[in-house]
Amino acid sequence: MNIIVCIKQVPDTTEIKIDPVKNTLIREGVPSIMNPDDKGGLELALQMKDKYGANVTVITMGPPQADLILREAFAMGVDRAILLSDRKFAGADTLATSYALAGAIKTLDYDLIIAGRQAIDGDTAQVGPEMAEHLGLPQVSYVIDAERKENGNFIVKKENEDSVQTLEVEGKCVLTVLASAFEARYMTVAGIVDAYNKEVEVWGADKLDVDENKLGLKGSPTKVWQSFPKQLKAPGEVFEVSEEEAVEIIVKKLKEKHLI
Amino acid sequence: MDIKDYKNVYVFAEQRGGMIQSVAYELLGKARDLADALGEKVVAMLLGHNVKDQAQSLIEMGADEVLVADCPELKDYLTEQYSQVVYQMITAGCPSIVLYGATTIGRDLAPRIASRLKTGLTADCTKLEIGIVEETGEKQFRSTRPAFGGNLMATILCPNTRPQMSTVRPGVMQKRVREAGRKGTITMFAPKFDTSKFKVKVIETKMNCKCADDIADAKILVSGGRGVHDKEGFNKLQALADVLGGMVSSSRAMVDAGIMDHCFQVGQTGKTVRPNLYMACGISGAIQHLAGMEESDFIIAINKDKYAPIFSAADLGIVGDLHKIVPMLTERLKKDVEK
Repeated sequence: MNIIVCIKQVPDTTEIKIDPVKNTLIREGVPSIMNPDDKGGLELALQMKDKYGANVTVITMGPPQADLILREAFAMGVDRAILLSDRKFAGADTLATSYALAGAIKTLDYDLIIAGRQAIDGDTAQVGPEMAEHLGLPQVSYVIDAERKENGNFIVKKENEDSVQTLEVEGKCVLTVLASAFEARYMTVAGIVDAYNKEVEVWGADKLDVDENKLGLKGSPTKVWQSFPKQLKAPGEVFEVSEEEAVEIIVKKLKEKHLI
Repeated sequence: MDIKDYKNVYVFAEQRGGMIQSVAYELLGKARDLADALGEKVVAMLLGHNVKDQAQSLIEMGADEVLVADCPELKDYLTEQYSQVVYQMITAGCPSIVLYGATTIGRDLAPRIASRLKTGLTADCTKLEIGIVEETGEKQFRSTRPAFGGNLMATILCPNTRPQMSTVRPGVMQKRVREAGRKGTITMFAPKFDTSKFKVKVIETKMNCKCADDIADAKILVSGGRGVHDKEGFNKLQALADVLGGMVSSSRAMVDAGIMDHCFQVGQTGKTVRPNLYMACGISGAIQHLAGMEESDFIIAINKDKYAPIFSAADLGIVGDLHKIVPMLTERLKKDVEK
């Protein structure tokens, strides 16, 4: 079985702070990581490799520095890594990104494509389903478990707000995976050493099965018009008093606001 | 076709098990504002099996027209079945704007449609408005959403393709007051299915929600975080919630710790709530949590750590031990009730 996993390098958004004076994002010193849901997807692929035997290829689109997460993927146990890196990809929104990924995947042999549900920098959850559509494949999103049947179908569990659904998918498909369902394995020491002896393939736009007009900024229907740090409301009063006084202050406020 | 010829605001009226979801009504409320600003109509798309009787309800909540696709193929949500119908409705009607709930269904369907239509989609919007372009005086649809884990807000446009599509999380927009007997058009839509594309089938659906009531509907929430420690701590919050006539909710930390069920979780990976009163007890106030509750009318925070970020979002902050203050407050309020 050939499995392709789409991953993304993202800033660790839990480490991002706002500069209180300039009111801008402080991005320096913020570590770049493999997006958590993607790492969950990679773990699912590696579990399938352990169980059924599979060739696992990871693919990412990004700047040359994204090489780092591909090395990490090698160290976790993948067989092949592809970096889509070209100025023509720059400025892509989710539609143009999914189009480029689909254009790369079309040139590969695969039985299953796995992606993370969403990336923590954009939180859109759009690239997986948009890519599935470009490839004309069925999709299951919010995946928490997947097995392969003898006949090549997949039995997939997905988590909704109020239910867990078990679905059967006929043949090739795209699954988008929740990090919470797959605790990613650690890199092995031998894997880390090995990771730097393996080749990361770097592909430009000319390697893909695409119309170049649909890539990057040109191929992106959405445009960011403005961005701004979130306006925090004026802070309220904070009291550091005895418990008895605290209770009275709360009761008084609740009455004032007609909440009791 | 010129983009100026695309008209009307469409809403995907999500139903589950034949029940129209609250988010559909919230979207209709916002769609009404947008359509009025544009001088266009609000059209709801209702897909399902044996759902057509509910079309009138969508009209009473703001739709001018309801397109109903009612057939057995649409009983359960399945990506391809629903995509084919929504795609056909959109290509037949040429709306300028389409809105979806940012639910597991909406976030599965909307990108599929965006990719099929080759148009733009903006996820999890917190604000949708019609602005005026300064240079030309033209009306422009603007979608604002958080990015970078809620640290940054971005306003997104979709200038050159139609329709312009956005998703909105449940609890973010406000429903209109129901207008009983409101008049509108109900149009039955006959989809043409390409069944060769149906590759997914449902084997089993297990309902897993342990909560009968939805925290998103509660007027008062007493919410607990790491500082509550354990189930016993939550019992204290429950006692207070009972006196106040509210519900207990939770931060992500306590859900991850297995102490509270996911359906009680407030925040970016949980629910968005905007109750009249939100009492944050022992919640530090990570930006992902604030994203889910900061629109509450009145916020009280109780936390031992006076530097906890929750205090910046609170209208009233108490630096102190919730394990003492919450039971004392409960007793005090009980006395008030007895009086």
